[in-house]
Amino acid sequence: MNGTSSTRLLQRVERPAPPSALSNALVFGWRAVLKFKHVPEQLFDLVMTPIMFTLLFTFVFGGALAGSPREYLQFFLPGILVQTVVFNSVYSGMGLSTDLDKGLFDRFRSLPIWRLAPFAGLMVGDMLRHLIAGSIILAIGLILGYRPEAGVVGVVAAFLLLLAIGFGIGWIFMVLGLLIRTPMTVMTIGFTAIFPLVFASNIMVDPATMPGWLRAFVDVNPVSLMTTALRGLMSGSATATEIALALVAPIALTLILAPVTLWLYVRSER
Amino acid sequence: MNDLSQHGRLKSANLQSPVTPAIEARGLVKRFGELKAVDGIDLIVPRGMIFAILGPNGAGKTTLMRMLATLSQPDAGKATVMGHDLLEAPHEVRASIAMTGQFASLDEDLTGRENLVMLARLWGFRGRAARARADDLLAAFDLSDAANRQVKKYSGGMRRRLDIAASLIITPGVLFLDEPTTGLDPKARKDVWKMIRGLAESGVTILLTTQYLEEADQLAARIAVIDHGHKIAEGTSRELKAATGSGFLQVSIVDQAQLEDAAAILERRLGQSVQRSTEGAELSVLGGTAKEANEALAELIASGIELSDFSMGQPSLDEVFFALTGQPVTDETGKETAA
Repeated sequence: MNGTSSTRLLQRVERPAPPSALSNALVFGWRAVLKFKHVPEQLFDLVMTPIMFTLLFTFVFGGALAGSPREYLQFFLPGILVQTVVFNSVYSGMGLSTDLDKGLFDRFRSLPIWRLAPFAGLMVGDMLRHLIAGSIILAIGLILGYRPEAGVVGVVAAFLLLLAIGFGIGWIFMVLGLLIRTPMTVMTIGFTAIFPLVFASNIMVDPATMPGWLRAFVDVNPVSLMTTALRGLMSGSATATEIALALVAPIALTLILAPVTLWLYVRSER
Repeated sequence: MNDLSQHGRLKSANLQSPVTPAIEARGLVKRFGELKAVDGIDLIVPRGMIFAILGPNGAGKTTLMRMLATLSQPDAGKATVMGHDLLEAPHEVRASIAMTGQFASLDEDLTGRENLVMLARLWGFRGRAARARADDLLAAFDLSDAANRQVKKYSGGMRRRLDIAASLIITPGVLFLDEPTTGLDPKARKDVWKMIRGLAESGVTILLTTQYLEEADQLAARIAVIDHGHKIAEGTSRELKAATGSGFLQVSIVDQAQLEDAAAILERRLGQSVQRSTEGAELSVLGGTAKEANEALAELIASGIELSDFSMGQPSLDEVFFALTGQPVTDETGKETAA
């Protein structure tokens, strides 16, 4: 490095035309893809828990719960996909928290770019994570004997719904990531909030045997509504109402939290 | 200022009125709850200058810089950066500045090259042009060999170089450097200094914060001294030194027997207590103005005290800061690395 070569470079540079908001967002999406290339271990984190859950519930509890492991898997697999997406949303909040902590966002904030582009990029990364993790879980399910009655169309529809769910839940963790500067705290708070939602739902068991007060909660739990719709889509029995109910929470979260995210981002300062 | 985003910086800079300073701030205030981190600071930084903001930890240097870089909104006051109003045209300000924060603002998981390509694309370079720009910068900053290594494997000096390179994707009108050499070893520090001088020679205005007096002295054409959110002095290094008197007058006496007489004369003349060296007949005293020091020397000679040597040192910026604030400027870590 020396002064003269820097000088030469500086005089040559021509400022290009300002890029579009979409182009900005795509750059951040590209960053998310590079993260997969450089930190492939994160995939392990993403799928290990759901794989363990699938194996444990199918083979240990499955027979007792549904008569046979195979029958239980048929019931459980769509649910574990929802669980995977909900749990994995925590990672984007942690990633955001890390970026803020390291000062990376200061650089983004001092660039003349679309203000929401970094978040759009995080969302692209989230969607990729959900797609990859979902595909791996589905593949394992197929190997273990799961069969989606609605075929390829049903699976594609189910994955689109999964992405919508991931998109909606993602905003919760964007907000947490902006509010909390320690990634580990984001994870702890995230899991604390998510655990009751995931377990007090119809993901693992049919709520018919639960006490009335719990069943009342399970029936309106957005995670249950999502799971019901996803099961329906993969088995070919989904009704428009089920799908609409599953989308209520993601749409509401987006409408409320996207502006909150932007507001927090614009005003956030150390 | 639409042309700023359409054409090269140098061209648009020429179109702007040459009298607008790079930075012009009036009465900037930033509060954090009860604390006034920046309490009414005025600042004018002419174009093309290296300007240093000097102060101890917590003086408000970083807060001031973050406001000027649009990262933080002032609670009161006004400022323009390269002619653009900070509050009314933040996007235009962002288009004409670059900032290198105190902590490397890089993606540690990506390689050095990927970081620069990413930023080049955000500035609007496409495909091949973005890669070419990244490679040029890597070469200029002596990082070509490490281009495809993840940033988390970089040394502190390499990281800092990449961080500054990342601020130069587009030649900025003003480059903000927040403590550019904090935590670097002396060799890496000298490299960064050389680079900053090179940038200034090419016409970039540089505003840097530092808690190293030596750094401000070495690099900056003007220095603003900041303490507790206030600007307590501003000027060239020479002016700051002159404002606090002329530093220490040191004299060596030929005849040891005359030592006490000499000390008495100096004390009376300059009104300061005299320090005696442990070995040899050397006296040193805070010298007042050059004229007073001169008169004191004349009286020594008139009294028949023979001097083997005398010197009048310029005060160090340490002494300047002490004179201005009544407390030393650097903390231990600062002293240690300021070599």
